[in-house]
Amino acid sequence: MRIPCPHCGSRGHEEFAYYGDASLVRPDPATADAEQAFAEFVYLRDNPAGPHRELWYHAQGCQSWLVVERDTLTHEIRGAADVRSRAST
Amino acid sequence: MRYSILSVLGHALAGNRRWTPAWRDAAPQPHYDVVIVGGGGHGLATAYYLAKVHGVRRVAVVEKGYIGGGNVGRNTTIIRSNYLLPGNIPFYEWSLKLWEGLEQDINYNAMVSQRGVLNLYHSDAQRDAFVRRGNAMRLHGVDAELLDVAAIRRLAPFLDFDNARFPIRGGLLQRRGGTVRHDAVAWGYARAADRLGVDIVQNCEVTGIRCDHGRVAGVETTRGFIGAGRVGLACAGNSSRVAAMAGLRLPIESHVLQAFVSEALKPVIPCVITFGAGHFYVSQSDKGGLVFGGDIDGYNSYAQRGNLPTVEDVCEGGMALMPFIGRVRLLRSWGGIMDMSMDGSPIIDRTPVDGLYLNAGWCYGGFKATPASGWCFAHLLARDEPHPVATAYRLDRFAAGRLVDEKGQGPHPNRH
Ligand SMILES: Cc1cc2nc3c(=O)[nH]c(=O)nc-3n(C[C@H](O)[C@H](O)[C@H](O)COP(=O)(O)OP(=O)(O)OC[C@H]3O[C@@H](n4cnc5c(N)ncnc54)[C@H](O)[C@@H]3O)c2cc1C
Ligand SMILES: [Zn+2]
Repeated sequence: MRIPCPHCGSRGHEEFAYYGDASLVRPDPATADAEQAFAEFVYLRDNPAGPHRELWYHAQGCQSWLVVERDTLTHEIRGAADVRSRAST
Repeated sequence: MRYSILSVLGHALAGNRRWTPAWRDAAPQPHYDVVIVGGGGHGLATAYYLAKVHGVRRVAVVEKGYIGGGNVGRNTTIIRSNYLLPGNIPFYEWSLKLWEGLEQDINYNAMVSQRGVLNLYHSDAQRDAFVRRGNAMRLHGVDAELLDVAAIRRLAPFLDFDNARFPIRGGLLQRRGGTVRHDAVAWGYARAADRLGVDIVQNCEVTGIRCDHGRVAGVETTRGFIGAGRVGLACAGNSSRVAAMAGLRLPIESHVLQAFVSEALKPVIPCVITFGAGHFYVSQSDKGGLVFGGDIDGYNSYAQRGNLPTVEDVCEGGMALMPFIGRVRLLRSWGGIMDMSMDGSPIIDRTPVDGLYLNAGWCYGGFKATPASGWCFAHLLARDEPHPVATAYRLDRFAAGRLVDEKGQGPHPNRH
């Protein structure tokens, strides 16, 4: 697999560290059901067969966190964006 | 037919033309007491022990492909019970005890070979950790021996003892560990279950789980609806997808692990040997091939094949441990999809859906667990209570903070 890093270009995935599902949102600790929400956030995953948005860290490159869209059935990578561009949208 | 030396000789005299299939190719019945989803080692063992130990006879195993096509036929065949945590040791030791009597019990040659499992250590800190694990095992009545370098030199003189970065300082040996022919485990359990009346339904994919007023009623399949009093999921690697049919989200990611086998050599590797400074484990099959593997690839995958950086990493581990391996040609490599759980330990438990039971999260170590997993899952399905040696493997342990994290890696499935 090669990941198209927006800063470094197409690089082998062995330069990156994997951090799993990018769609998880950290719960609000102030809500009444926070305990339950945190248990789900930390432990439960959709684990889909097909398109998956996931976090990769370019450890041996620009050291940016990326959101990569990859198909878990074929390993095809559809694109990668810096997480900061996600935060601003 | 019972297999014996006489049946082998009799068939040989008849030119081996009269052998009959080892199990019936069953068509699904409209209703069963228990339907097991997944015809891997765990599903087949569960069906066998349900029929044999608990007398539940109306049982079906429903498999989307063919028996032995999943991880049960893809693993590196290692069995052992050298664990550290109290929730794990009794379970894996029970499994090893069942392996020791398995072939007589199911009347099938699974080539159970207790050739030993040797974990090498390379530093003082690692020695201390291994001593602790060995002591924990012995306190539970499990065999463990600490070997010094001289003893290991006698056992495996070809290792790179004086490697500049990772010198071998000793090892922890479990003599009762070893290897088992993995396909024979699937076939042997299938045949033994079939003889007790279990229907093994192949080419039958479960596509839905039907519930009635919050209670499971059966499974929708590519061969029609099959009614069931209870449904047990044993779909290693695909557990999340099948559980999602009942609206459940699991503490699991699916990951790919690769395995490798070389051309056949004369007998050289006497036992299972694992490298302590990287992730590499190797044994030699009775055909002579070196069977080895290492780390999982490390990203979510359902592709049943991995990538080349992992191949390189595994081969580097092999070269660091036993440089002669560089002269050996690789014959085949393949991948299997496993459930990697959030603490690296399995789940054998009820689910929030009445009548639906889960056997999942076996990571890359579930082959050795096959007999005990089947034994304990059958117990749970028949009696609706966990078996005493599997009480740590509850589904609610994550939210409750009772994790069984043998490696101490935290909730990162690709690090276990
Ligand atoms: C490369 C590799 C090496 C390994 N090495 C070892 C080792 O040395 N020692 C060890 O202890 N463990 C090892 N393991 C782990 C071990 O193989 C697994 O944990 C174990 O086999 C899983 O249980 P199983 O045999 O029931 O799985 P499987 O054989 O995978 O059975 C699950 C079955 O469920 C079926 N299924 C899935 N979805 C559906 C559906 N919707 N409907 C119907 N059926 C379905 C699948 O087709 C499959 O046949 C290894 C795994 C791999 C991949
Ligand atoms: Zn980069």
